[in-house]
Formats: sequence, C-alpha cells, structure tokens
Amino acid sequence: MDAVNTMAPWREAFDAFAANDEAAAMGAKSREQAFARFEAHGLPTRRHEYWKYTPVRGLTADTGVVSRAAADPFAGVDAYRLIFVDGRIDMSRSDHAALAAVADIAGPEGAPWMEGVYGTLQNRDIPGAMFQVERPFADLNMAMFTDGLAIRIPADLALDKPIHLRYEGAVGSHLRLVMLVEAGASMTVLESGAGALTTAAEIVVEDGASLDHVRAQNEVGERQFTALYAKVGAEAAFKSFTLCADSALVRNETVLTMAGDNGSGHVAAGVMGLDGTLIDNTVYVSHEAEHCESRQVIKSVLDGNAKSVFQGKIFVKKDAQKTDGYQISQAVLLSENAEFNSKPELEIYADDVICSHGCTTGSLDEDAMFYLRSRGCTEREAEALLVAAFIDEAIMEISDEGLQEIMRATTDEWMQARAGK
Amino acid sequence: MLKIDNLHCQLEDEPDTKILNGVSLEVPAGEVHAIMGPNGSGKSTLSYVLSGKDGYEVTGGSATLDGDDLLDMDPEERAAAGLFLAFQYPVEIPGVGNMIFLRTAMNAQRKARGEDEISAPDFLKLVREKAKTLNISPEMMKRPVNVGFSGGEKKRNEILQMALLQPKMCILDETDSGLDVDAMKLVSQGVNALRDEGRGFLVITHYQRLLDHIKPDVVHIMSAGRIIETGGPDLALKVENEGYADLISAA
Repeated sequence: MDAVNTMAPWREAFDAFAANDEAAAMGAKSREQAFARFEAHGLPTRRHEYWKYTPVRGLTADTGVVSRAAADPFAGVDAYRLIFVDGRIDMSRSDHAALAAVADIAGPEGAPWMEGVYGTLQNRDIPGAMFQVERPFADLNMAMFTDGLAIRIPADLALDKPIHLRYEGAVGSHLRLVMLVEAGASMTVLESGAGALTTAAEIVVEDGASLDHVRAQNEVGERQFTALYAKVGAEAAFKSFTLCADSALVRNETVLTMAGDNGSGHVAAGVMGLDGTLIDNTVYVSHEAEHCESRQVIKSVLDGNAKSVFQGKIFVKKDAQKTDGYQISQAVLLSENAEFNSKPELEIYADDVICSHGCTTGSLDEDAMFYLRSRGCTEREAEALLVAAFIDEAIMEISDEGLQEIMRATTDEWMQARAGK
Repeated sequence: MLKIDNLHCQLEDEPDTKILNGVSLEVPAGEVHAIMGPNGSGKSTLSYVLSGKDGYEVTGGSATLDGDDLLDMDPEERAAAGLFLAFQYPVEIPGVGNMIFLRTAMNAQRKARGEDEISAPDFLKLVREKAKTLNISPEMMKRPVNVGFSGGEKKRNEILQMALLQPKMCILDETDSGLDVDAMKLVSQGVNALRDEGRGFLVITHYQRLLDHIKPDVVHIMSAGRIIETGGPDLALKVENEGYADLISAA
C-alpha cells in the first residue's frame, strides 16, 4: 500500500485544522512536529510490533461518524461534570465554575505549573527514556486536539467529588488532558461517552497523593484511541479501571512510571464483546523506584467473532529492588469464533523482585453451568451469573463501592441485552 | 410419578463404556425409594442422566416424570418440570452469591411455568425461614455458592435449595457422604419435612445408616447398570449385614 496516498487525507485534515481552527494556535510548532511523526509513521499495520493483533482497517480522516447513543453509566453520580461536544467544552452544561472554585483548572493551552507535566510525548526521543515505542494516535492527538482539561489539585486537598469527563457528539474529536495531583491530594476521574476519536492524558501523582480513574467505553460504537501516561510518586497510588464493550476498534494504552518508593499502580479492564468487536488494552509499567507494587487485571468475555487483545509489559529497572509486579489476563470465549490475544512481557534488571503473570482462555466452567441449570436457571441466565462473577474480579479493582456497583450494573445490562438476542 | 423403563446409556466419548444396561423402576408420588449398590454400579450416572448432564448418551429406554419425557428436555426444563438433584459433590461457584443464585433459579422456574416472579421481600422471608430450620446462618447465605462451605454445609445448602424450589421429584445422590452423625440428622430432618403425598424421593446411598433417618418405602439394589433386586426396608438391613456379594452372584 502506498503510505503517502493513505496519509494524504489526514494531511488535508491537519492543514485545514491548522489554518482554520482557533485551537491550532496553542503550541503550533509541537503540533506540526507531532503531525509529522504521525504522517511518517502512517496508520499502524500488523508489521508494527505493538499493533500485530490490532489491525487498523477502514479508519479514515473523515471523522463525521455519529456515536451510538447509550445511557451514560455515570449519569447518577454526584460529580463535577465537564461535557465536551464535538471536541469543545459545553460551558452551559458543565460545572466548570464550581470546579474552578476548588481546583486550579485551565484549558490545555497551558498554565505555568504544566511545565513539569506536559510533554511526556516530546520526551519520547530522549536517550534512555522508557518505552520508545511509536504512538501514532498520541501524536495525532497532540497535533489536532481542540480542547481538553488541565487540572491541578492543590497539595493535601481531597477533592470532594469525582470529576466526570463526558464526550458527546461526532466521533472525530481529539481531547487532551493534563492532571497534576499534588502531594497528599486525592481525586477521582470518570470518563464516558463516545464523542472522542482520541484522548491523551498526562498525569502526575505526587508523593502521597492518589488518583482513581474509572472509564466507561460501553458507548463506543465506532472507534477510540486513548493514551494515558501517569507518573506515580513515592507512597502515591494510581488506580485505573476501564469497562469496554462492543466497539469496532478501541485501543487503550496506559503507561505507568513508578517513580517514587512505595508507590502503587493498578490498571484493570473488563472487556465484553459481541460480533464485530475489537478491543485492545496495552499496558506498560516501568518500575524505577524501590518497594513499588503494580497490578494489571484484564478480564475479557467474548461472543460472536469478537476479539480482545492484551499486551502487558512490566519493566523493572536495575535499582527498583523489592518490586512487586503482578499481571493476570483471562478470557472467557462464549463462541468458537471469538479470539483473545495476550502478550505478557517481563523485562527485569533488578535481582530482588517478585514479578508474576498469568493468562487463561477458555469457556465457562461446565460443572458450574450444569449445577446452575439443574436448579432451573436458563443457559443464558447461568452464563450471565458466571460472566458477572468473572468480570467482577476486574471491577473489584475499583476503590469506590458505589462505582463498583455502577460497573456491575453496566455489565449486567450487557449480558441481559445479549440474552435477549 | 418417575418412571424409568429399560434405560441404557454409555459415555459419549467412550461408546464402549456402557454404564446403564436396562434400568427399570418406578417411584410413585408420596413414596421414598432407595437405591443401594457397590461402587461403580451406575447409581450416580443414573442421577446425572435423569437430570440432564452432558457426557452421557442414552442408547435405549425411557425416563418420564408424570408422563413427560425427561430425556428430551434441557436441564433447566427438567428442573421447571419438578425434578431436583441433590448433588453428591455440590459445585463451588466463586463470585456468584448464594442469594442471587437462589433467586435467579427460583424465578426462572416460576417463569418457565408461567407464574409470577417472587417479590424481593417474600423471597427474603422465605429464605430466612427455611435457612433457620436447616441451621444455615445468614453469613453463609452471603457467601458465594458453596465456596468455603464445609462438607456438611454444602449438603445443607442442597436441602435448602430443595426446600425453596419445592420440586415434585427429588433425587439425593449420596447425600450422606462426608456427613457426621449430627449433620446427617439435620439433613434428614430437612428431607423428612418435605415428605408428603405429592412428592417422590429417590435416595442413592452406599450405606444403610442414612435410611435409619430417611425411612424408605422401597429399596432397590443396583449392580452393573441394572436393578438386580427390589424389596422393602429390610433389604437394606440385609445388605448392611451380608454385603452385596451374594445378591450379585445370585443375579
């Protein structure tokens, strides 16, 4: 395939954006550089090491696809709601002012404190930087983001309620997120909605701070590419959970850097897919300090010809002694055509660490199915009970019990909808 | 009620392994029948074939419940028709709560029979009442199905399900295995409380001692996949004293 021809519509879209969009003035130079990287790389193909199982087919620069309407799982949560429509914040429906009263917020165009946070992507080429992996969609995001959020939670502030980022409108926008949780502070961030083709988040969780991230991708009928980079300080905790259901193409990249001693970093996902689904969770955890703990828990339930991909890397630097790294990826295949690809990678240079990984793929337990059915549960009901129990091991990674319940209910709705088919 | 006629079956994956070779018996409503027999005689297989477990191929004969062909039904249809198997080894199901399991099962059966679902308060009340008589603690009810239960707790949980689902025909597969004397009494009381003229029981056991507590009307001796002798309660005593050898050689 001729890469130049393939990329031409993207170049046109970028040029039009650069010429016409008021947002383009923010960091025009780095946008051009990022787009040049995206253009040179081209859309990922199976030849790219970290895209081997996730072919990007049929993705075009024409991004006017309207997302599938579905209920917002977080609609009932008392939160600071920031609603983005077609890539721009809708101030009239957002709790921008209320949030600004308690935290330091800005658009992604910048604030002085962002210097130390922003730019993970640019650092990609620094010699010795971790994971020098091509990230074409993070580059595309950087080149073309129209809006987003930069937020700083001041030291020792426990934000009183979650921030809910909601993406609506056409699936084509690019949103950029920058979050700084200062020492001893804590916050919860929720994300939902299909109205963003890409999101890129750069996060710093300072010493003793914590950030809980819960994301629902159950409305992503078309495509979404997310990149999340988090640097976790000493005694700090980062926890991310994503529920992914029924998407033509979703790729979630999470890159954690355990930068301070005794930090904790968890990444979990519950994946559910029917026909036509392709969901990819790719996680890189780099241990650079001592006594840190990291955990990756990915559970997939796949029906029809659905496909789930998990690529999980644990990298332990020479000085990161007493690291405790854990990774588990499991899939239940409800049909013979479903497919799960798991690629665990452990790269360890320290000599006093515990790192383990596990991976299983199979059908639901036959004895349990028979037991449930012998009591009268229909085959679909029995499957629903066992699937809920299976996914629950990922849901349990969420700290807040109320949010756990919401994710359970969303899982249950998916199984009910499947049972009705 | 339950009528088994000349039932033959073999393992699906090993057609040469014939397990049932012409079982015939009939359990009328209101009666308790016991099946005894040595290891490997096909007792448990009979219970699985009747309840619809995969892996067995019926090659001849029939089994009906009130005239309806059991062998033609899915396991859940058999349950809705009133058949219940108390498992020898109740399955542990991590992550599935006992209460949600019981409620799902109960409502599925009701739905299959065209009845209304039970309301949440009614369900709770019913479970509490039945659990209490079986000495099952509320804490046990909160745990996942059979996970971390002792052998006795698992068997009591089986009887609790039976008490809630109120089946017409109950098959108990070695319910006495793994039970101490007190637990056996408790389980037997639970079973006896369910005895009535509309309900039949088929009690599979190795030992006569369970039959001291659950008194059978009829005792069948099974060997090599067939019923070789049928008699009254005294037949169980005879087996207890003399073993199976004479009966088998006579057959």
